[in-house]
Amino acid sequence: MDDLYRELIIDRYKNPQLQGSMDPHDYSYEDDNPLCGDRIRIDVRVDQEGTVTEALFSGEGCAISQASADLLVESIIGKNLDEVKKLSTEHILELLGIQLGPVRIKCALLSLKVLKAGVYGLEELEEELL
Amino acid sequence: MISSIDIQHVKSEFPIFDREIQPGSPIIYLDSAATSQKPRQVIEAITNYYEQSNANIHRGIHKLAEEATKAYESARARIGNFIGARSQREIIFTRNTTESINLVARSWGKANLQPGDTILLTEMEHHSNIVPWQQLAQEIGLNLAFVNVLDNGQIDLEDYHSLLEREPRLVGFTHMSNMLGTINPVADMTRAAHAAGAIVIVDGAQSVPHFPVNVLELDIDFLAFSAHKMCGPTGIGVLYGREELLEEMPPFLGGGDMIKRVELTEFTTNSLPYKFEAGTPAIEAGIGFGAAVEFLESVGMENIRLHEQELTAYALDRLEEVPGVRVYGPAADQKGGVMSFSFEGVHPHDVAQILDSLSIAVRAGHHCAMPLHEKFHLPATTRASFYLYTDKSEIDRLIEGLYKVKEIFN
Repeated sequence: MDDLYRELIIDRYKNPQLQGSMDPHDYSYEDDNPLCGDRIRIDVRVDQEGTVTEALFSGEGCAISQASADLLVESIIGKNLDEVKKLSTEHILELLGIQLGPVRIKCALLSLKVLKAGVYGLEELEEELL
Repeated sequence: MISSIDIQHVKSEFPIFDREIQPGSPIIYLDSAATSQKPRQVIEAITNYYEQSNANIHRGIHKLAEEATKAYESARARIGNFIGARSQREIIFTRNTTESINLVARSWGKANLQPGDTILLTEMEHHSNIVPWQQLAQEIGLNLAFVNVLDNGQIDLEDYHSLLEREPRLVGFTHMSNMLGTINPVADMTRAAHAAGAIVIVDGAQSVPHFPVNVLELDIDFLAFSAHKMCGPTGIGVLYGREELLEEMPPFLGGGDMIKRVELTEFTTNSLPYKFEAGTPAIEAGIGFGAAVEFLESVGMENIRLHEQELTAYALDRLEEVPGVRVYGPAADQKGGVMSFSFEGVHPHDVAQILDSLSIAVRAGHHCAMPLHEKFHLPATTRASFYLYTDKSEIDRLIEGLYKVKEIFN
């Protein structure tokens, strides 16, 4: 547990660094996991080269889902959208620094799903995840 | 207080409690409302069937088939007796509570309901007693009405009586809520429903395992329940139905066993209960179900009820002392051993995960009662639920675990 609830995760859950929303934005998407009530929205602004200049998340849910959203959003600032599209499950797990079981991994991946659906289009995303 | 159950003895009957989840720490299993653990005699009944008597039932003319049929049918008789059915023809084996309710919706519902008819349910139903009726309502154009649940977790009986004035053809409600633990006044509700001309189906998934339920005393028309929540195996459940109703109903699934005679273009249905049992059933599960009922009877359903009442009162007291914890549902005297709670500032998933690290198994989510969670404005709750093998020291461990949650999230 002390693994799963590393100080970083609890800290980001309680004091998120990049929480909020932006209007206007270049990309925005929101999704939830109705099974547990986790909900995440991510707003992204990019420059002309397609590099992320600003990104914020908002939502509610468990510590894993919220901390992963905060860390993910932080990690994409300065990245090109092409790089963002390539982010994988591993990226989230590296950010969190933990391994997760099959149920909790859905909590961690909600933010990645939302981000990619925003910048990628959801249909393409689902194909990729399959 | 002298406990109604010799808890150490009961626990020793369940092999899973010998397992150490982490070195030196056996499982503290507080998820019995989802599924119960299985005593040795149930596991042995299943193994024994496979090792000694494995054969298909009913028409075999050999030793093994006869033994298997006898074991399966005596399980049916025992279960019928357990809930006070007049005849074992009234005990239909299904896969689970959900299938039992679907059977009533598909068979009784389709044969008896007309467009515009009303079905009355309650807001505290499990999805299994909502969705089959929604499907039927969409198909033939029924109205669904739902009895209000009060803030204290009890059924709003005033609302119930006023909704009965709409003359619903069928009234369906749970005997005990799997989220709130509310034990509904089934006898009163059934009497009122019958007076209004309705047929009554009761979801007994959470009641039949935990206290005595007698279908005649409660005047229930249909009762659905599952073996796996009452010390038995998964894959088998029961639909009890009054014989007169079952006789009039068309069959549910078609196939072998449910027929008396088949020609190329038509069939004649078998007699009860086989009319509703198409195909080879879960034979070992039926036999295991019988063994589970035998086990529960040896402990005594009244003893189990008293034991769980004591645990419920104790758990409510102790949970209320934890700052930030709020338990949903009625007071201890109206409530079974199901504690769904919220923890201020901590998501149920996080609560459950931290408890898991302390070898405490609870459930986090909506417990297949999304409308009820919506009603209480909760995305999810953490649920601890008890059974005959739960003891007070395990509730103490749960409380310690919740203080640990508090410490981590301060």
